[in-house]
Amino acid sequence: MSIAATKQASKTGWVAGLTLAVLFVFSLCVGVDDMPIIRLFSDGRALELLLVSRLPRTLAAILTGAGLAIAGLIMQTLARNRYVEPSTAGTAQSAELGILLVTLLLPSASLLFKSLAASAAALLGTSLFLMTAHRLPPTQPFLVPLFGLVYGGVIGAAVTFVAWQADLLQYLSVWTNGDFSGVLRGRYELLWLGALMVVVAWMVADRLTIMALGRDASIGLGLDHARMLQLGLIIVSVISALSVVVVGMIPFVGLVVPNIVSRLMGDNMRGTLPTVAVSGAILVLGCDILGRLIRYPYEIPVGTVMGCVGGLIFLWLLFRRPSHV
Amino acid sequence: MIRIEDVSLRHGQTQILHDIWLTIPKGGITALVGPNGAGKSSLLSLIARLQPLQAGRISVDSFPVDTTPSRDLARILAILRQDSIVTSRLRVRELVGFGRFPHGRGRLTPDDYAIIDQSLQQFDLTDLSDRFIETLSGGQRQRALVAMAFAQGTDYLLLDEPLNNLDMFFARELMRSLRRIADENGKTIVIVLHDINQASAHADRIVAMKSGRIVADGTPSDLLTPKTLQAVFGFQMRVETFDDMPVVLHFR
Repeated sequence: MSIAATKQASKTGWVAGLTLAVLFVFSLCVGVDDMPIIRLFSDGRALELLLVSRLPRTLAAILTGAGLAIAGLIMQTLARNRYVEPSTAGTAQSAELGILLVTLLLPSASLLFKSLAASAAALLGTSLFLMTAHRLPPTQPFLVPLFGLVYGGVIGAAVTFVAWQADLLQYLSVWTNGDFSGVLRGRYELLWLGALMVVVAWMVADRLTIMALGRDASIGLGLDHARMLQLGLIIVSVISALSVVVVGMIPFVGLVVPNIVSRLMGDNMRGTLPTVAVSGAILVLGCDILGRLIRYPYEIPVGTVMGCVGGLIFLWLLFRRPSHV
Repeated sequence: MIRIEDVSLRHGQTQILHDIWLTIPKGGITALVGPNGAGKSSLLSLIARLQPLQAGRISVDSFPVDTTPSRDLARILAILRQDSIVTSRLRVRELVGFGRFPHGRGRLTPDDYAIIDQSLQQFDLTDLSDRFIETLSGGQRQRALVAMAFAQGTDYLLLDEPLNNLDMFFARELMRSLRRIADENGKTIVIVLHDINQASAHADRIVAMKSGRIVADGTPSDLLTPKTLQAVFGFQMRVETFDDMPVVLHFR
């Protein structure tokens, strides 16, 4: 990378990191119950509120946002298409199906076991999506996201049908619509597994960039393309499944964040991956804070806020770049 | 040396290649010519292990391509496919840099940077090195891809129609660069060409294919005769010799 490009990249990185730090502190201070920072250490109740509720909630939002943005980026790399992401191409819906079936068949299963089942289902669903996506003609780039929408819709309909039959529709909305209001200490820690996946993704960033050049170029450079495909699928599936199980699915993060970062910094993932993760965290945490403030003291779930904000950003992206896909 | 022994390939009912035997010695430029659908690209992708070998044997420097680990082969041979499309937003320098991946698996040493600079210079890309690939013209993009294959630093370079999208000036420049690296660096270059006169001007040897078979093989002056050309391409054309170089007049 040239000096100018490196400077630009590190500047973007600094701005993103600083923004996240500000939001982090702000998020700790926003909530229904009063938590004055000055009395944090003199007032035991304030400290407890911070450690049991505010901090876990803030960390959950950061981990989910970073994870979903990376999952979107990798999914776009695997499908070689900029307009797919886990929540619109069947990954999230498959994870929901997995956790629904486990809830029906093994109601006493632990959260970890449910997450594993959801991950496995997500892996299966995403593999099927990619197998089909790779057969679609590359000259029609919009077929892939369209197919993803239909495919995700079909699985989602099956999920709704099963849930309706089993009288579990209320449970279902917990998984399909992201919400951090239920996050407390002891109930979000699985998300750190997602953070681990982000670290793995960063370690193989060069390989992911090469994968994006296509199968032939990858093999020509001596990359084990099939194995990288499997690794990518695992990363996407685990992150999406954890998000579904712990906080519920949040749409658009995986779509808009990688696209914006790609515009600003390009697609060399060794350089851009940290910014993608931090920006995803900013977007989700920001939307969660917004959801807490709009109807204060009531809350709007982050999934709903993100549906509006993300949709607007996505439209802006589409209309700003009509010729490139 | 690339040794191709008794190689056949079929996709479903279609036989793409029939019992190919071919030896390409080390050093020099070998041009593969022939009509569309002759099997040139398939042969190239079999040599470069981009598709599995169904029948026969292929070895490069006595390494069998089907059993040698892919990452080892990537240090011996580089391939540029004709339909390479870069959809990623990468800068020219970054793309060329990925040619060094087989050597350090992603970690670039000062030597690597020197080779990247040299590749950029070799293909006249130094001024474009900070541009995103998508902002380049088709010909500039093609040169960037060739530079990436060159940066791989392999003894063998397989190029599938690299002159696509290039204007006369850059087609000539590219062929001259290839000639130079074949002569000065001892590279072995196998190149699929549609412009038969480029093959005549720059190749040491021409291999003509038709319907999955090798139908002629020899130096440009041996091979470029009206009779052979008619056998390969199916129509009569005039051949004149200028400065010891056969020129095929195939336009009318």
